[in-house]
Amino acid sequence: MTTVSTAPEVTPGHRSGEHRPSLVRLTAVELRKLVDTRAGRWLLITIGLVSAVIVALLLVYAEAPEQNFTVFFTTALLPVGVLLPVLGILSITSEWSQRTALTTFALVPRRERVITAKLGAVVLAALGAVLSSLAFAAAGTAIAGATGGAGTWRIEGALVAHSVVFQVASVLMGAGFGLLLLNTPLAIVTYLVLPIIWSIVGELVRPLNRAAEWLDTGRTMEPLFTAEVTAGQWQRLAVSLLVWLVVPLVAGMVRTMRREVA
Amino acid sequence: MIAVHQLTKRYGRHTAVEDVSFHCEPGTVTGFLGPNGAGKSTTMRMICGLTPPTSGASTVDGRPYRQLPNPGRTVGVLLDASAQHAGRTGREALTVAASTMGVDRRRVGEVLDRVGLGTAAARRRVRAYSLGMRQRLGLANALLGDPRVLVLDEPANGLDPEGIFWMRGLLRDFADRGGTVLLSSHLLREVEAVADRLVVIGGGRIVAQGGKDELLAGAGTVVRARDGAALRAALHRAGLTVSEGSEGLLVGADTDAVGEVALTAGVALTELRPAGGGGLEQLFLTLTATASGPVVPATTIAEPTGEVVR
Repeated sequence: MTTVSTAPEVTPGHRSGEHRPSLVRLTAVELRKLVDTRAGRWLLITIGLVSAVIVALLLVYAEAPEQNFTVFFTTALLPVGVLLPVLGILSITSEWSQRTALTTFALVPRRERVITAKLGAVVLAALGAVLSSLAFAAAGTAIAGATGGAGTWRIEGALVAHSVVFQVASVLMGAGFGLLLLNTPLAIVTYLVLPIIWSIVGELVRPLNRAAEWLDTGRTMEPLFTAEVTAGQWQRLAVSLLVWLVVPLVAGMVRTMRREVA
Repeated sequence: MIAVHQLTKRYGRHTAVEDVSFHCEPGTVTGFLGPNGAGKSTTMRMICGLTPPTSGASTVDGRPYRQLPNPGRTVGVLLDASAQHAGRTGREALTVAASTMGVDRRRVGEVLDRVGLGTAAARRRVRAYSLGMRQRLGLANALLGDPRVLVLDEPANGLDPEGIFWMRGLLRDFADRGGTVLLSSHLLREVEAVADRLVVIGGGRIVAQGGKDELLAGAGTVVRARDGAALRAALHRAGLTVSEGSEGLLVGADTDAVGEVALTAGVALTELRPAGGGGLEQLFLTLTATASGPVVPATTIAEPTGEVVR
Protein backbone atom coordinates (compact mmCIF):
# COMPACT_ATOMS: atom_id res chain seq x y z
CA MET A 1 0.00 0.00 0.00
CA THR A 2 1.24 3.43 -0.82
CA THR A 3 -0.72 5.48 1.66
CA VAL A 4 2.31 7.37 2.84
CA SER A 5 3.12 8.97 -0.49
CA THR A 6 -0.46 9.90 -1.28
CA ALA A 7 -1.31 11.42 2.07
CA PRO A 8 1.39 13.81 3.11
CA GLU A 9 -0.18 15.60 6.03
CA VAL A 10 -2.73 13.43 7.78
CA THR A 11 -0.39 10.49 7.27
CA PRO A 12 2.99 11.23 8.70
CA GLY A 13 5.31 8.38 7.83
CA HIS A 14 5.86 6.80 11.17
CA ARG A 15 4.02 7.14 14.41
CA SER A 16 4.92 6.62 17.98
CA GLY A 17 1.50 5.26 18.93
CA GLU A 18 1.62 2.25 16.68
CA HIS A 19 2.29 -0.33 19.36
CA ARG A 20 -0.60 -1.82 21.20
CA PRO A 21 -1.54 -0.57 24.65
CA SER A 22 0.15 -2.60 27.40
CA LEU A 23 -1.87 -4.57 29.92
CA VAL A 24 -0.56 -2.31 32.66
CA ARG A 25 -1.95 0.72 30.86
CA LEU A 26 -5.26 -1.01 30.20
CA THR A 27 -5.52 -2.04 33.85
CA ALA A 28 -4.86 1.54 34.93
CA VAL A 29 -7.64 2.67 32.58
CA GLU A 30 -10.03 0.09 34.04
CA LEU A 31 -9.15 1.21 37.58
CA ARG A 32 -9.92 4.75 36.52
CA LYS A 33 -13.27 3.62 35.14
CA LEU A 34 -14.13 2.11 38.52
CA VAL A 35 -13.93 5.50 40.19
CA ASP A 36 -14.77 8.09 37.55
CA THR A 37 -18.55 7.81 37.78
CA ARG A 38 -20.65 8.71 40.76
CA ALA A 39 -22.09 5.19 41.02
CA GLY A 40 -18.66 3.55 40.94
CA ARG A 41 -17.14 5.99 43.38
CA TRP A 42 -19.96 5.53 45.87
CA LEU A 43 -19.81 1.77 45.62
CA LEU A 44 -16.10 1.91 46.49
CA ILE A 45 -16.71 4.39 49.30
CA THR A 46 -19.49 2.16 50.63
CA ILE A 47 -17.19 -0.85 50.56
CA GLY A 48 -14.68 1.15 52.58
CA LEU A 49 -17.30 2.52 54.96
CA VAL A 50 -18.77 -0.90 55.72
CA SER A 51 -15.60 -1.77 57.64
CA ALA A 52 -15.76 1.54 59.49
CA VAL A 53 -19.41 1.01 60.44
CA ILE A 54 -18.77 -2.55 61.61
CA VAL A 55 -15.83 -1.43 63.73
CA ALA A 56 -17.90 1.42 65.20
CA LEU A 57 -20.74 -0.97 66.07
CA LEU A 58 -18.32 -3.37 67.72
CA LEU A 59 -16.80 -0.53 69.72
CA VAL A 60 -20.22 0.37 71.05
CA TYR A 61 -21.89 -2.99 71.52
CA ALA A 62 -19.25 -5.76 71.78
CA GLU A 63 -17.97 -7.10 75.08
CA ALA A 64 -14.60 -5.66 76.10
CA PRO A 65 -12.53 -8.84 75.39
CA GLU A 66 -14.12 -9.00 71.91
CA GLN A 67 -12.79 -5.56 71.06
CA ASN A 68 -9.55 -6.67 69.48
CA PHE A 69 -7.85 -6.41 66.11
CA THR A 70 -8.78 -9.91 64.90
CA VAL A 71 -12.48 -9.52 65.66
CA PHE A 72 -12.63 -6.05 64.12
CA PHE A 73 -10.99 -7.39 61.00
CA THR A 74 -12.89 -10.66 60.54
CA THR A 75 -16.34 -9.24 61.27
CA ALA A 76 -16.00 -6.77 58.40
CA LEU A 77 -14.94 -9.47 55.93
CA LEU A 78 -18.38 -10.82 55.13
CA PRO A 79 -20.24 -7.56 54.42
CA VAL A 80 -17.33 -6.37 52.27
CA GLY A 81 -17.36 -9.75 50.55
CA VAL A 82 -21.02 -9.23 49.62
CA LEU A 83 -20.35 -5.84 48.03
CA LEU A 84 -17.14 -6.67 46.15
CA PRO A 85 -18.86 -9.05 43.71
CA VAL A 86 -21.26 -6.23 42.86
CA LEU A 87 -18.22 -4.17 41.91
CA GLY A 88 -16.97 -7.09 39.82
CA ILE A 89 -20.32 -7.40 38.08
CA LEU A 90 -20.68 -3.66 37.43
CA SER A 91 -17.20 -3.29 36.01
CA ILE A 92 -18.17 -5.76 33.28
CA THR A 93 -21.86 -5.15 32.72
CA SER A 94 -21.79 -1.35 32.74
CA GLU A 95 -19.89 -1.50 29.46
CA TRP A 96 -22.96 -3.11 27.96
CA SER A 97 -25.70 -1.24 29.81
CA GLN A 98 -24.03 2.12 29.12
CA ARG A 99 -23.01 0.90 25.66
CA THR A 100 -19.44 2.01 26.17
CA ALA A 101 -18.39 -1.42 24.91
CA LEU A 102 -18.69 0.14 21.46
CA THR A 103 -15.94 2.66 22.27
CA THR A 104 -13.88 0.31 24.42
CA PHE A 105 -13.72 -2.50 21.89
CA ALA A 106 -13.21 -0.11 18.99
CA LEU A 107 -10.06 1.10 20.75
CA VAL A 108 -8.98 -2.38 21.89
CA PRO A 109 -10.40 -4.94 19.48
CA ARG A 110 -8.55 -7.75 21.25
CA ARG A 111 -11.33 -8.10 23.78
CA GLU A 112 -9.51 -10.66 25.91
CA ARG A 113 -7.04 -7.91 26.80
CA VAL A 114 -9.82 -5.64 28.01
CA ILE A 115 -11.30 -8.46 30.06
CA THR A 116 -7.92 -9.34 31.55
CA ALA A 117 -7.38 -5.69 32.47
CA LYS A 118 -10.82 -5.54 34.08
CA LEU A 119 -10.14 -8.65 36.13
CA GLY A 120 -6.81 -7.14 37.16
CA ALA A 121 -8.53 -3.92 38.20
CA VAL A 122 -11.19 -5.58 40.33
CA VAL A 123 -8.61 -7.84 41.99
CA LEU A 124 -6.63 -4.72 42.89
CA ALA A 125 -9.83 -3.21 44.24
CA ALA A 126 -10.37 -6.32 46.39
CA LEU A 127 -6.83 -6.05 47.74
CA GLY A 128 -7.53 -2.41 48.47
CA ALA A 129 -10.65 -3.45 50.36
CA VAL A 130 -8.62 -5.82 52.54
CA LEU A 131 -6.15 -3.03 53.23
CA SER A 132 -8.92 -0.63 54.21
CA SER A 133 -10.44 -3.30 56.47
CA LEU A 134 -7.06 -3.68 58.14
CA ALA A 135 -6.76 0.08 58.52
CA PHE A 136 -10.20 0.45 60.10
CA ALA A 137 -9.55 -2.55 62.35
CA ALA A 138 -6.32 -0.90 63.46
CA ALA A 139 -8.10 2.35 64.17
CA GLY A 140 -10.77 0.43 66.11
CA THR A 141 -8.11 -1.39 68.12
CA ALA A 142 -6.41 1.86 69.05
CA ILE A 143 -9.70 3.38 70.15
CA ALA A 144 -10.65 0.20 72.06
CA GLY A 145 -7.32 0.30 73.88
CA ALA A 146 -8.08 3.85 74.98
CA THR A 147 -11.71 3.27 75.93
CA GLY A 148 -11.47 0.12 77.98
CA GLY A 149 -11.76 -2.59 75.32
CA ALA A 150 -9.22 -5.38 75.04
CA GLY A 151 -7.35 -3.55 72.29
CA THR A 152 -5.08 -6.52 71.61
CA TRP A 153 -3.20 -6.34 68.33
CA ARG A 154 -2.47 -10.03 67.75
CA ILE A 155 -3.58 -11.39 64.36
CA GLU A 156 -2.51 -14.55 62.57
CA GLY A 157 -0.76 -13.91 59.27
CA ALA A 158 -2.65 -16.86 57.81
CA LEU A 159 -5.96 -15.21 58.62
CA VAL A 160 -5.02 -12.16 56.58
CA ALA A 161 -3.91 -14.40 53.72
CA HIS A 162 -7.20 -16.31 53.87
CA SER A 163 -9.18 -13.11 53.84
CA VAL A 164 -7.31 -12.05 50.70
CA VAL A 165 -8.28 -15.36 49.07
CA PHE A 166 -11.87 -14.80 50.15
CA GLN A 167 -12.18 -11.25 48.81
CA VAL A 168 -10.35 -11.95 45.56
CA ALA A 169 -12.49 -15.04 44.95
CA SER A 170 -15.64 -13.03 45.73
CA VAL A 171 -14.85 -10.22 43.33
CA LEU A 172 -13.85 -12.65 40.58
CA MET A 173 -17.04 -14.66 41.04
CA GLY A 174 -18.96 -11.44 40.52
CA ALA A 175 -16.93 -10.64 37.41
CA GLY A 176 -17.57 -14.16 36.12
CA PHE A 177 -21.32 -13.74 36.52
CA GLY A 178 -21.10 -10.34 34.86
CA LEU A 179 -19.21 -11.75 31.89
CA LEU A 180 -21.59 -14.64 31.53
CA LEU A 181 -24.85 -12.70 31.82
CA LEU A 182 -23.74 -9.27 30.51
CA ASN A 183 -26.67 -7.59 32.21
CA THR A 184 -26.41 -5.74 35.52
CA PRO A 185 -29.65 -6.61 37.36
CA LEU A 186 -29.71 -10.16 36.05
CA ALA A 187 -26.11 -10.78 37.09
CA ILE A 188 -26.54 -9.23 40.56
CA VAL A 189 -29.77 -11.08 41.30
CA THR A 190 -28.42 -14.36 39.98
CA TYR A 191 -25.22 -13.97 41.91
CA LEU A 192 -26.99 -13.23 45.18
CA VAL A 193 -29.93 -15.59 44.82
CA LEU A 194 -28.39 -18.72 43.32
CA PRO A 195 -26.16 -19.55 46.31
CA ILE A 196 -29.11 -18.95 48.67
CA ILE A 197 -31.31 -21.32 46.71
CA TRP A 198 -28.45 -23.77 46.62
CA SER A 199 -28.02 -23.57 50.40
CA ILE A 200 -31.72 -24.14 51.03
CA VAL A 201 -32.03 -26.98 48.56
CA GLY A 202 -28.78 -28.47 49.82
CA GLU A 203 -30.19 -28.50 53.35
CA LEU A 204 -33.62 -29.84 52.43
CA VAL A 205 -32.80 -32.50 49.89
CA ARG A 206 -30.75 -35.09 51.69
CA PRO A 207 -28.94 -36.59 48.66
CA LEU A 208 -27.79 -33.11 47.76
CA ASN A 209 -26.49 -32.41 51.22
CA ARG A 210 -23.16 -34.08 50.54
CA ALA A 211 -22.82 -32.32 47.21
CA ALA A 212 -23.49 -29.01 48.93
CA GLU A 213 -20.50 -29.57 51.16
CA TRP A 214 -18.41 -29.39 48.02
CA LEU A 215 -20.37 -26.89 45.97
CA ASP A 216 -22.03 -24.39 48.31
CA THR A 217 -19.54 -21.52 48.45
CA GLY A 218 -21.31 -20.26 51.58
CA ARG A 219 -20.05 -23.38 53.32
CA THR A 220 -16.76 -23.97 51.56
CA MET A 221 -15.58 -20.40 52.16
CA GLU A 222 -16.42 -20.40 55.84
CA PRO A 223 -13.00 -21.81 56.91
CA LEU A 224 -11.38 -18.76 55.31
CA PHE A 225 -12.63 -16.68 58.25
CA THR A 226 -10.27 -18.60 60.48
CA ALA A 227 -6.52 -18.97 60.58
CA GLU A 228 -6.65 -22.76 60.10
CA VAL A 229 -7.82 -24.32 56.85
CA THR A 230 -7.35 -28.08 56.46
CA ALA A 231 -6.32 -29.80 53.25
CA GLY A 232 -9.82 -31.23 52.93
CA GLN A 233 -11.32 -27.76 53.30
CA TRP A 234 -8.99 -26.38 50.62
CA GLN A 235 -10.11 -29.18 48.30
CA ARG A 236 -13.77 -28.40 48.85
CA LEU A 237 -13.08 -24.73 48.34
CA ALA A 238 -11.24 -25.47 45.11
CA VAL A 239 -14.11 -27.59 43.78
CA SER A 240 -16.74 -25.00 44.65
CA LEU A 241 -14.67 -22.20 43.09
CA LEU A 242 -14.19 -24.28 39.97
CA VAL A 243 -17.96 -24.39 39.59
CA TRP A 244 -18.83 -20.86 40.70
CA LEU A 245 -15.75 -18.95 39.59
CA VAL A 246 -13.77 -20.71 36.87
CA VAL A 247 -16.70 -22.00 34.83
CA PRO A 248 -18.62 -18.69 34.68
CA LEU A 249 -15.39 -16.82 34.00
CA VAL A 250 -14.36 -19.04 31.11
CA ALA A 251 -17.85 -19.35 29.64
CA GLY A 252 -18.38 -15.61 30.07
CA MET A 253 -15.06 -14.87 28.40
CA VAL A 254 -16.08 -16.96 25.40
CA ARG A 255 -19.46 -15.25 25.26
CA THR A 256 -18.00 -11.76 25.50
CA MET A 257 -15.42 -12.52 22.82
CA ARG A 258 -18.11 -13.60 20.40
CA ARG A 259 -20.82 -11.15 21.21
CA GLU A 260 -21.72 -8.58 18.65
CA VAL A 261 -21.26 -5.04 19.90
CA ALA A 262 -24.07 -2.75 18.88
CA MET B 1 -7.83 3.84 3.31
CA ILE B 2 -10.69 1.44 3.76
CA ALA B 3 -11.28 -1.63 1.61
CA VAL B 4 -14.44 -3.65 1.93
CA HIS B 5 -14.59 -6.92 0.09
CA GLN B 6 -17.83 -8.87 -0.34
CA LEU B 7 -19.05 -8.36 3.19
CA THR B 8 -22.14 -10.35 4.06
CA LYS B 9 -23.98 -10.53 7.37
CA ARG B 10 -26.89 -12.85 8.02
CA TYR B 11 -28.95 -13.04 11.17
CA GLY B 12 -30.71 -16.37 10.95
CA ARG B 13 -32.71 -16.17 7.75
CA HIS B 14 -32.53 -12.40 7.54
CA THR B 15 -29.73 -10.99 5.43
CA ALA B 16 -28.73 -7.58 6.75
CA VAL B 17 -25.81 -6.99 4.40
CA GLU B 18 -25.14 -8.89 1.22
CA ASP B 19 -21.99 -8.92 -0.86
CA VAL B 20 -21.00 -5.33 -0.16
CA SER B 21 -17.73 -4.18 -1.73
CA PHE B 22 -16.26 -0.70 -1.98
CA HIS B 23 -13.20 1.19 -1.02
CA CYS B 24 -12.35 4.63 0.25
CA GLU B 25 -9.18 6.38 -0.89
CA PRO B 26 -7.01 8.81 1.04
CA GLY B 27 -7.93 12.38 0.27
CA THR B 28 -11.61 11.61 -0.30
CA VAL B 29 -14.86 11.74 1.58
CA THR B 30 -17.10 8.79 0.80
CA GLY B 31 -20.77 9.19 1.52
CA PHE B 32 -22.40 5.93 2.57
CA LEU B 33 -25.97 6.49 1.72
CA GLY B 34 -29.09 4.49 2.34
CA PRO B 35 -32.45 4.52 4.07
CA ASN B 36 -32.73 3.44 7.68
CA GLY B 37 -32.23 -0.29 8.03
CA ALA B 38 -30.40 -0.59 4.74
CA GLY B 39 -27.33 -2.11 6.37
CA LYS B 40 -25.09 0.95 6.75
CA SER B 41 -24.44 0.58 10.46
CA THR B 42 -23.98 -3.18 10.23
CA THR B 43 -21.41 -2.68 7.48
CA MET B 44 -19.57 -0.06 9.51
CA ARG B 45 -19.57 -2.24 12.60
CA MET B 46 -18.10 -5.05 10.54
CA ILE B 47 -15.38 -2.71 9.26
CA CYS B 48 -14.55 -1.83 12.86
CA GLY B 49 -14.35 -5.43 14.04
CA LEU B 50 -17.36 -5.10 16.32
CA THR B 51 -19.62 -7.42 14.35
CA PRO B 52 -18.16 -10.58 12.88
CA PRO B 53 -19.16 -10.88 9.21
CA THR B 54 -20.81 -14.05 7.96
CA SER B 55 -18.46 -13.88 5.00
CA GLY B 56 -16.20 -11.39 3.30
CA ALA B 57 -13.51 -9.19 4.75
CA SER B 58 -12.49 -5.60 5.20
CA THR B 59 -9.28 -3.77 5.93
CA VAL B 60 -8.38 -0.36 7.25
CA ASP B 61 -4.99 0.95 6.27
CA GLY B 62 -4.23 -2.43 4.72
CA ARG B 63 -4.99 -4.48 7.80
CA PRO B 64 -8.10 -6.13 9.24
CA TYR B 65 -9.32 -3.82 11.99
CA ARG B 66 -8.72 -6.36 14.73
CA GLN B 67 -5.09 -6.62 13.72
CA LEU B 68 -4.41 -2.91 14.07
CA PRO B 69 -2.07 -2.61 17.04
CA ASN B 70 -3.54 0.61 18.39
CA PRO B 71 -6.63 1.24 16.24
CA GLY B 72 -7.47 4.63 17.73
CA ARG B 73 -4.25 6.04 16.27
CA THR B 74 -5.13 4.83 12.79
CA VAL B 75 -8.88 5.18 12.52
CA GLY B 76 -11.28 7.43 14.38
CA VAL B 77 -14.61 5.76 14.93
CA LEU B 78 -17.98 7.29 15.75
CA LEU B 79 -20.67 4.67 15.45
CA ASP B 80 -23.17 5.88 18.01
CA ALA B 81 -23.01 9.20 19.81
CA SER B 82 -25.18 7.83 22.62
CA ALA B 83 -22.70 5.08 23.43
CA GLN B 84 -21.01 7.05 26.21
CA HIS B 85 -21.32 6.46 29.92
CA ALA B 86 -24.02 8.86 31.09
CA GLY B 87 -22.28 9.32 34.42
CA ARG B 88 -18.93 10.48 33.02
CA THR B 89 -18.17 14.04 32.12
CA GLY B 90 -17.34 14.77 28.51
CA ARG B 91 -13.74 15.46 29.40
CA GLU B 92 -13.50 12.26 31.44
CA ALA B 93 -14.86 10.16 28.58
CA LEU B 94 -12.12 11.53 26.35
CA THR B 95 -9.47 11.16 29.05
CA VAL B 96 -10.31 7.47 29.38
CA ALA B 97 -9.96 7.04 25.60
CA ALA B 98 -6.72 9.06 25.57
CA SER B 99 -5.22 6.91 28.32
CA THR B 100 -6.22 3.76 26.46
CA MET B 101 -4.49 4.95 23.31
CA GLY B 102 -1.53 6.43 25.11
CA VAL B 103 -2.26 9.90 23.77
CA ASP B 104 -1.07 12.96 25.66
CA ARG B 105 -3.76 14.35 27.99
CA ARG B 106 -3.30 17.81 26.49
CA ARG B 107 -4.76 16.45 23.30
CA VAL B 108 -8.12 16.13 25.12
CA GLY B 109 -8.34 19.89 25.53
CA GLU B 110 -7.33 20.40 21.92
CA VAL B 111 -10.03 18.19 20.44
CA LEU B 112 -12.65 19.60 22.81
CA ASP B 113 -11.81 23.05 21.45
CA ARG B 114 -11.83 21.75 17.93
CA VAL B 115 -15.38 20.41 18.18
CA GLY B 116 -16.61 23.45 20.03
CA LEU B 117 -17.26 21.92 23.44
CA GLY B 118 -16.25 24.61 25.90
CA THR B 119 -14.80 24.10 29.37
CA ALA B 120 -18.21 24.31 30.99
CA ALA B 121 -19.73 21.76 28.62
CA ALA B 122 -16.78 19.40 28.99
CA ARG B 123 -17.23 19.41 32.75
CA ARG B 124 -20.86 18.36 32.56
CA ARG B 125 -21.92 14.75 32.63
CA VAL B 126 -22.85 13.19 29.32
CA ARG B 127 -26.32 12.50 30.76
CA ALA B 128 -27.03 16.23 30.44
CA TYR B 129 -25.82 16.48 26.83
CA SER B 130 -28.11 17.13 23.90
CA LEU B 131 -27.77 14.80 20.93
CA GLY B 132 -25.84 17.49 19.11
CA MET B 133 -23.35 17.78 21.96
CA ARG B 134 -22.99 14.02 22.06
CA GLN B 135 -22.20 14.04 18.35
CA ARG B 136 -19.54 16.67 18.94
CA LEU B 137 -18.12 14.62 21.80
CA GLY B 138 -18.17 11.52 19.61
CA LEU B 139 -16.35 13.40 16.87
CA ALA B 140 -13.81 14.65 19.41
CA ASN B 141 -13.35 11.05 20.50
CA ALA B 142 -12.80 9.99 16.88
CA LEU B 143 -10.23 12.76 16.29
CA LEU B 144 -8.45 12.15 19.58
CA GLY B 145 -5.83 9.70 18.31
CA ASP B 146 -4.95 11.93 15.37
CA PRO B 147 -6.02 9.20 12.91
CA ARG B 148 -5.74 9.19 9.14
CA VAL B 149 -9.08 7.47 8.64
CA LEU B 150 -12.51 8.42 9.98
CA VAL B 151 -15.52 6.12 10.12
CA LEU B 152 -18.60 8.07 11.13
CA ASP B 153 -22.14 6.73 11.34
CA GLU B 154 -24.75 9.45 10.91
CA PRO B 155 -22.57 12.13 12.49
CA ALA B 156 -24.89 14.93 11.45
CA ASN B 157 -27.81 13.52 13.44
CA GLY B 158 -28.93 16.01 16.02
CA LEU B 159 -26.63 18.78 14.83
CA ASP B 160 -28.20 22.12 14.05
CA PRO B 161 -27.72 23.58 10.54
CA GLU B 162 -24.71 25.55 11.71
CA GLY B 163 -23.25 22.42 13.28
CA ILE B 164 -23.75 20.49 10.06
CA PHE B 165 -22.02 23.24 8.12
CA TRP B 166 -19.15 23.23 10.60
CA MET B 167 -18.82 19.45 10.41
CA ARG B 168 -18.70 19.50 6.63
CA GLY B 169 -15.82 21.95 6.79
CA LEU B 170 -14.01 19.79 9.30
CA LEU B 171 -14.39 16.62 7.23
CA ARG B 172 -13.49 18.38 3.99
CA ASP B 173 -10.37 19.76 5.61
CA PHE B 174 -9.49 16.34 7.03
CA ALA B 175 -9.76 14.76 3.58
CA ASP B 176 -7.92 17.61 1.87
CA ARG B 177 -4.99 16.97 4.16
CA GLY B 178 -4.86 13.39 2.92
CA GLY B 179 -7.26 11.71 5.30
CA THR B 180 -9.86 9.11 4.37
CA VAL B 181 -13.44 9.68 5.48
CA LEU B 182 -16.36 7.27 5.37
CA LEU B 183 -19.56 8.81 6.61
CA SER B 184 -23.05 7.45 6.46
CA SER B 185 -26.33 9.23 6.19
CA HIS B 186 -29.90 8.57 5.27
CA LEU B 187 -30.18 12.04 3.78
CA LEU B 188 -28.79 12.58 0.30
CA ARG B 189 -28.57 16.36 0.71
CA GLU B 190 -26.49 15.98 3.81
CA VAL B 191 -23.63 14.09 2.16
CA GLU B 192 -23.99 15.60 -1.29
CA ALA B 193 -22.32 18.79 -0.11
CA VAL B 194 -19.20 17.15 1.26
CA ALA B 195 -18.72 13.74 -0.37
CA ASP B 196 -16.49 13.05 -3.36
CA ARG B 197 -17.78 9.57 -3.78
CA LEU B 198 -21.07 7.95 -3.01
CA VAL B 199 -21.89 4.39 -2.09
CA VAL B 200 -25.63 3.83 -2.08
CA ILE B 201 -27.00 0.85 -0.22
CA GLY B 202 -30.54 -0.47 -0.11
CA GLY B 203 -31.89 -3.68 1.36
CA GLY B 204 -28.36 -4.72 2.33
CA ARG B 205 -27.00 -4.49 -1.21
CA ILE B 206 -25.07 -1.82 -2.99
CA VAL B 207 -27.25 -0.32 -5.66
CA ALA B 208 -24.97 2.43 -6.91
CA GLN B 209 -21.49 3.67 -6.31
CA GLY B 210 -19.03 5.97 -7.98
CA GLY B 211 -17.81 9.55 -8.05
CA LYS B 212 -20.48 11.97 -6.94
CA ASP B 213 -20.34 14.04 -10.13
CA GLU B 214 -20.45 10.95 -12.25
CA LEU B 215 -23.40 9.55 -10.35
CA LEU B 216 -25.28 12.81 -10.40
CA ALA B 217 -24.52 13.43 -14.07
CA GLY B 218 -25.39 9.92 -15.10
CA ALA B 219 -28.72 10.21 -13.46
CA GLY B 220 -30.63 10.61 -16.70
CA THR B 221 -32.82 13.32 -18.10
CA VAL B 222 -35.85 15.16 -16.87
CA VAL B 223 -38.29 15.88 -19.62
CA ARG B 224 -41.74 17.43 -19.74
CA ALA B 225 -44.32 17.96 -22.45
CA ARG B 226 -47.80 19.33 -22.47
CA ASP B 227 -48.89 15.98 -23.90
CA GLY B 228 -47.24 13.80 -21.29
CA ALA B 229 -48.95 10.61 -22.38
CA ALA B 230 -47.73 10.92 -25.97
CA LEU B 231 -44.20 11.63 -24.79
CA ARG B 232 -44.22 8.68 -22.45
CA ALA B 233 -45.50 6.38 -25.22
CA ALA B 234 -42.83 7.62 -27.61
CA LEU B 235 -40.05 7.07 -25.06
CA HIS B 236 -41.36 3.59 -24.35
CA ARG B 237 -41.38 2.82 -28.09
CA ALA B 238 -37.75 3.95 -28.25
CA GLY B 239 -36.94 1.40 -25.55
CA LEU B 240 -35.88 3.91 -22.92
CA THR B 241 -36.58 3.45 -19.22
CA VAL B 242 -39.08 5.99 -18.01
CA SER B 243 -40.25 6.73 -14.52
CA GLU B 244 -42.46 9.40 -13.04
CA GLY B 245 -40.28 12.02 -11.37
CA SER B 246 -41.46 14.82 -9.16
CA GLU B 247 -40.77 17.43 -11.85
CA GLY B 248 -41.63 15.47 -14.99
CA LEU B 249 -40.61 12.21 -16.56
CA LEU B 250 -37.26 10.79 -15.59
CA VAL B 251 -35.59 9.04 -18.49
CA GLY B 252 -32.58 6.77 -18.36
CA ALA B 253 -30.80 8.42 -21.28
CA ASP B 254 -29.00 11.69 -22.03
CA THR B 255 -30.76 14.82 -23.25
CA ASP B 256 -29.69 14.26 -26.90
CA ALA B 257 -31.42 10.92 -27.14
CA VAL B 258 -34.57 12.13 -25.45
CA GLY B 259 -34.73 15.22 -27.69
CA GLU B 260 -34.40 13.05 -30.79
CA VAL B 261 -37.24 10.80 -29.66
CA ALA B 262 -39.47 13.79 -28.97
CA LEU B 263 -38.69 15.31 -32.38
CA THR B 264 -39.42 12.06 -34.22
CA ALA B 265 -42.68 11.66 -32.33
CA GLY B 266 -43.61 15.27 -32.97
CA VAL B 267 -44.17 16.04 -29.31
CA ALA B 268 -43.52 19.63 -28.22
CA LEU B 269 -41.37 19.73 -25.10
CA THR B 270 -41.77 22.26 -22.34
CA GLU B 271 -38.65 21.18 -20.48
CA LEU B 272 -35.57 19.12 -21.24
CA ARG B 273 -32.57 18.97 -18.95
CA PRO B 274 -30.09 16.61 -17.26
CA ALA B 275 -31.64 15.20 -14.13
CA GLY B 276 -28.71 16.16 -11.93
CA GLY B 277 -29.16 15.18 -8.33
CA GLY B 278 -32.82 14.64 -8.97
CA GLY B 279 -32.08 11.26 -10.50
CA LEU B 280 -30.13 10.10 -7.53
CA GLU B 281 -32.78 11.48 -5.28
CA GLN B 282 -35.38 9.58 -7.26
CA LEU B 283 -33.35 6.42 -6.84
CA PHE B 284 -33.07 7.18 -3.20
CA LEU B 285 -36.79 7.73 -2.78
CA THR B 286 -37.48 4.47 -4.54
CA LEU B 287 -35.15 2.74 -2.14
CA THR B 288 -36.73 4.36 0.85
CA ALA B 289 -40.18 3.43 -0.33
CA THR B 290 -39.48 -0.20 -1.09
CA ALA B 291 -36.16 -0.84 0.62
CA SER B 292 -36.12 -4.17 -1.09
CA GLY B 293 -33.64 -4.04 -3.91
CA PRO B 294 -32.40 -2.29 -6.98
CA VAL B 295 -35.51 -0.83 -8.61
CA VAL B 296 -33.65 1.99 -10.24
CA PRO B 297 -33.06 3.85 -13.45
CA ALA B 298 -30.50 1.71 -15.20
CA THR B 299 -27.95 4.43 -15.76
CA THR B 300 -27.43 5.20 -12.13
CA ILE B 301 -26.19 1.76 -11.33
CA ALA B 302 -22.47 2.03 -11.44
CA GLU B 303 -20.71 -1.25 -11.78
CA PRO B 304 -19.28 -2.24 -8.41
CA THR B 305 -17.05 -4.70 -10.22
CA GLY B 306 -15.46 -1.91 -12.22
CA GLU B 307 -13.19 -1.15 -9.34
CA VAL B 308 -10.39 -3.25 -8.02
CA VAL B 309 -10.90 -3.89 -4.38
CA ARG B 310 -7.64 -4.04 -2.59
